[in-house]
Amino acid sequence: MNWESHKILAESNQWSAILPETALVFLALSLLLLDMFGGKPGRELIGRIAVVGQVILIFLSFTLLRNNLGIHNQETFSGMLFHSEFSQVMRIFFLLSSLLTSYLGSIFLKKNQISGTEFYTILLLITAGLMLLAQSNHFIMLFVALETVTIGFYVLVSYNRDKSNSLEAGLKYLIMGGLSTAILLMGIVLLFGLASNPELPGMSHNAMKFSDLDIFLRLNGDNVVAKTGVLLVLAGIAFKIGSVPFQIWIPDVYQGAPTPVTAALAVSSKAGGFAVLITLVSGPFKPMAELVVPVLSLTAIVTILFGNIAALTQRNVKRLIGLSGVSHTGYLLIGVVAIYSIPTAESAIVFYLITYLLASYAVLGVMAHLSVAGKDDLQELGDYQGMLKESPFLSGVLVLGLSSLAGIPPLAGFIGKLLIFYAAFQAELYALLGVAIAGIVISIYYYFGWIKEATFRFWKLPILGAEEPEAPKEWSEIGSLTRVTLGVLALLTLALGLYPGPLSSLIGG
Amino acid sequence: MTNYSILLLGTILVPLVAALVMLGGGSLSKATTRSLATVGFSFPALASLILWINFQPTDSSGYDYLIVLPTGLERLGITLHLGLNGISVPLFFLAGIVGLAAGLYALQSEAERPQQYLMLILFMQSGLMGVFASVDIFFFYFFHELALIPTFICIGVWGERDRHSAAMEMTIYLTLGAMLSLLGLLAIYFQSDASAFNMIALKEAITTKPIEGGVQNVIFGLLLFGFGILVSLFPFHSWAPRGYAAAPTSIAMLHAGVLKKFGLYGFVQVALPLVPLGAVHWSNFLAWLALGSVVIIGLITIAQRDLKMMVGFSSVMHMGYCFLGVACVSILGAAGVILTMVAHGLTIALLFLLGHVVYRRTETFEMADMGGLVRQAPALAAIFSTAVLASIGLPGPGLLNFFGEFTVFTALWDFNEAFAFLAVLGVIISAVYGLRAVASIFFGPHSETFAKHLKENAVKDITVAEKIPTFILFAALVVIGLWPRSITDDMNRALEAEFKTIHAMLATLEIQPDEEGIEIARTAITQNR
Repeated sequence: MNWESHKILAESNQWSAILPETALVFLALSLLLLDMFGGKPGRELIGRIAVVGQVILIFLSFTLLRNNLGIHNQETFSGMLFHSEFSQVMRIFFLLSSLLTSYLGSIFLKKNQISGTEFYTILLLITAGLMLLAQSNHFIMLFVALETVTIGFYVLVSYNRDKSNSLEAGLKYLIMGGLSTAILLMGIVLLFGLASNPELPGMSHNAMKFSDLDIFLRLNGDNVVAKTGVLLVLAGIAFKIGSVPFQIWIPDVYQGAPTPVTAALAVSSKAGGFAVLITLVSGPFKPMAELVVPVLSLTAIVTILFGNIAALTQRNVKRLIGLSGVSHTGYLLIGVVAIYSIPTAESAIVFYLITYLLASYAVLGVMAHLSVAGKDDLQELGDYQGMLKESPFLSGVLVLGLSSLAGIPPLAGFIGKLLIFYAAFQAELYALLGVAIAGIVISIYYYFGWIKEATFRFWKLPILGAEEPEAPKEWSEIGSLTRVTLGVLALLTLALGLYPGPLSSLIGG
Repeated sequence: MTNYSILLLGTILVPLVAALVMLGGGSLSKATTRSLATVGFSFPALASLILWINFQPTDSSGYDYLIVLPTGLERLGITLHLGLNGISVPLFFLAGIVGLAAGLYALQSEAERPQQYLMLILFMQSGLMGVFASVDIFFFYFFHELALIPTFICIGVWGERDRHSAAMEMTIYLTLGAMLSLLGLLAIYFQSDASAFNMIALKEAITTKPIEGGVQNVIFGLLLFGFGILVSLFPFHSWAPRGYAAAPTSIAMLHAGVLKKFGLYGFVQVALPLVPLGAVHWSNFLAWLALGSVVIIGLITIAQRDLKMMVGFSSVMHMGYCFLGVACVSILGAAGVILTMVAHGLTIALLFLLGHVVYRRTETFEMADMGGLVRQAPALAAIFSTAVLASIGLPGPGLLNFFGEFTVFTALWDFNEAFAFLAVLGVIISAVYGLRAVASIFFGPHSETFAKHLKENAVKDITVAEKIPTFILFAALVVIGLWPRSITDDMNRALEAEFKTIHAMLATLEIQPDEEGIEIARTAITQNR
């Protein structure tokens, strides 16, 4: 390479394009410095600084998106990153999710009296990784970003290090995560090796780049090795989004992980997987429709049925959230399949993810408030009995959140499902629609059962000999921050259901 | 947009705002709650009366009071499009009147936490008015769900025996029905290439390009099972009697009287005009299930010993007549469906209300533990017997029920004489259980239990407060019964316009089904226009 080409490469390194990610990393590192040199007063500020920093970043990114500033539809860093409108929206999504996780984390850390520096640091690094993941345009970039996220989660899952359940969850996640990474990497290597083969038409010197791979796969779609590679990559991603048959880690890990981490796994990690999946199916895997559509359709069907049926018998709320999350993965996969014939299905998926974020954090916020120190992983449905009497506010938030997850109008979750159905109808995926309907009906049983525990035992008849379960003390002490945060989440869930226009136009539907 | 359109919007907004004030206003004083609720219930009733009297469609679509508001979902063809046509006017009025009666009765209930109870009923009322005022099909479905959710909560929290399991069963069953209907409605939209997801645009799209025959069969099948579950068609009825037995009285009145009519209204307003070939394809199957509703459920009703269960089963049974009307796929049949719906809505609300008035005096729903109540409550006995006679469909107090059922039977005779013969059996069955109930509650000697109860408690006749909602329902029943042209003229006009397209499409069925038939239908329809 001569001087000129180096210069061209250097010019493509537009650091301003990844300003939010850079800022997050700096924030994370300065938190560590503050912990080291700030003394006790500095340490107490760490949580607040992390939150304020994220709020400022969200505000900045949002302003950039609203005013169509920033870099659009352009490759940077020698084609490592591609900045589309979709990735811009997903960046804000991850920041928002991270902010809400920090808020849940502050409740959890205070209750269990665990130091929080590493929690916030790692969370911010994971978020930076996720944001890069959504913009990646090259398998190396994708892999590095994905591993940043996954390794961060290994630590966070076992963050409650005095509890054996948390450690067990961490170990399980590590083993299963390692396996999925290996599978993903194997797929990438197969595709790379094949696409760099000079004997084959359409070979490329930069075969890991998505656009080059796209051209190659167009010409070699029938190649068995290419097919294997695509399938292995999909399997690696299936682990992240928790679709069958790579969902097996979910209940245990969700249960053992601290509640804020469960939330991040359920929302951020899943959305990250979907961001990658959408990038791949609307990019390099587009020519592989004949292979990918049946595989993903079958996965969607099994995932929806497995998630819903397995959730039916759960009494532990965190396992329930995990398994019901599996079924949401299935609904989202329908949208991904629809992308092959209806490219606008992408906005339906994003809308669904946003409604899922709002409702999940509302429900998990209530869970975090109800959890008793040291027994974070043992919360049962029965603990919700009589909640309406003790805390009408929290039960209102819970009812709105769960109903939205169940997809009941007039809440945002219903509009999300409706948009997916619209896309599926246009793509003529009738079998998938039928399974989705069956899944939704099954899910009513456990979502409504949860609501029933919380609200219907309003005036419980005194049964002979049965003792009233003692209400945890935390119910009565709801701070104003909680009221504002959970209240806004619940109100947004309702408002987006009644008037979804602004959001759906913002995400470019 | 006229002032009347604003009034139409108001029927939805006034109860909604009243409910939201109760939701967000902290704990209000009893007087404030009551006056808010009274306004929230009376306004839709009065407005629906005014809108009914002034109804005069000038638009070629047959709709009056049209109003369109943006929702931000225009790219999906969804707008808040409200209006009334000849088919929806009587049902809109029904929703207003039954809402008022149920609301007034709820005001007297001794439910704990009355503010929350009234708030949920107001939400329900807002949804009910919205269902029949919606031209947009998304909102037609949306308002139905808005009314359905409070139903579940009210049954779960304020219900009576088995309320938890009944509420759960009802929720799961009705969600299944609602989801299937949603799929069917969406399928119509996507198969028709309509410019918007509302009834006017869909009907226009269908006249230029009908949906293919085979697809129509699938869509009507989805709607048949979806709407069928929602309207408790035999054998998908098991949620209804249990749910009504567990429900608080006002909720049972609103659900059995109005909300359940959503499915049948959907058949007449959406399914018949848009997928008539599908309707003809399924009509025999539907008619058999409907006959099951009338005869089998009728016999089960006779076996009931519990007053509230009996009323619940009788409501399932009477829905069978409506389904028979749908199965005829004719103007007469559709008109019979609407007449029966209005008549049944008023009567069943009346029966649930009076059943609870009886319960207040006997403190049991077991009919064997009553008897001889006429001596303590002669006025109640007279009113109750009249309501039962109306429900049987005898001319007189139940003139409207009679007209409705008679129209259905006439239409059914054209469809299939044997079916008509079997369906008429239902009248005898109704008479058996209705009159037996009257006899065992009011006449004969006091049962032992009731005699004991009488010794310990003073039992009074029906009070003025209980009479008011009763008379509101009776007045509507008698006025429309004596002067049915007040609703049938507009209905006839709307149905004739609707069936012009349907007949043209059906005519092709006899010549040649499938694609070629559609081609012929298209020419036939264009000529008709």
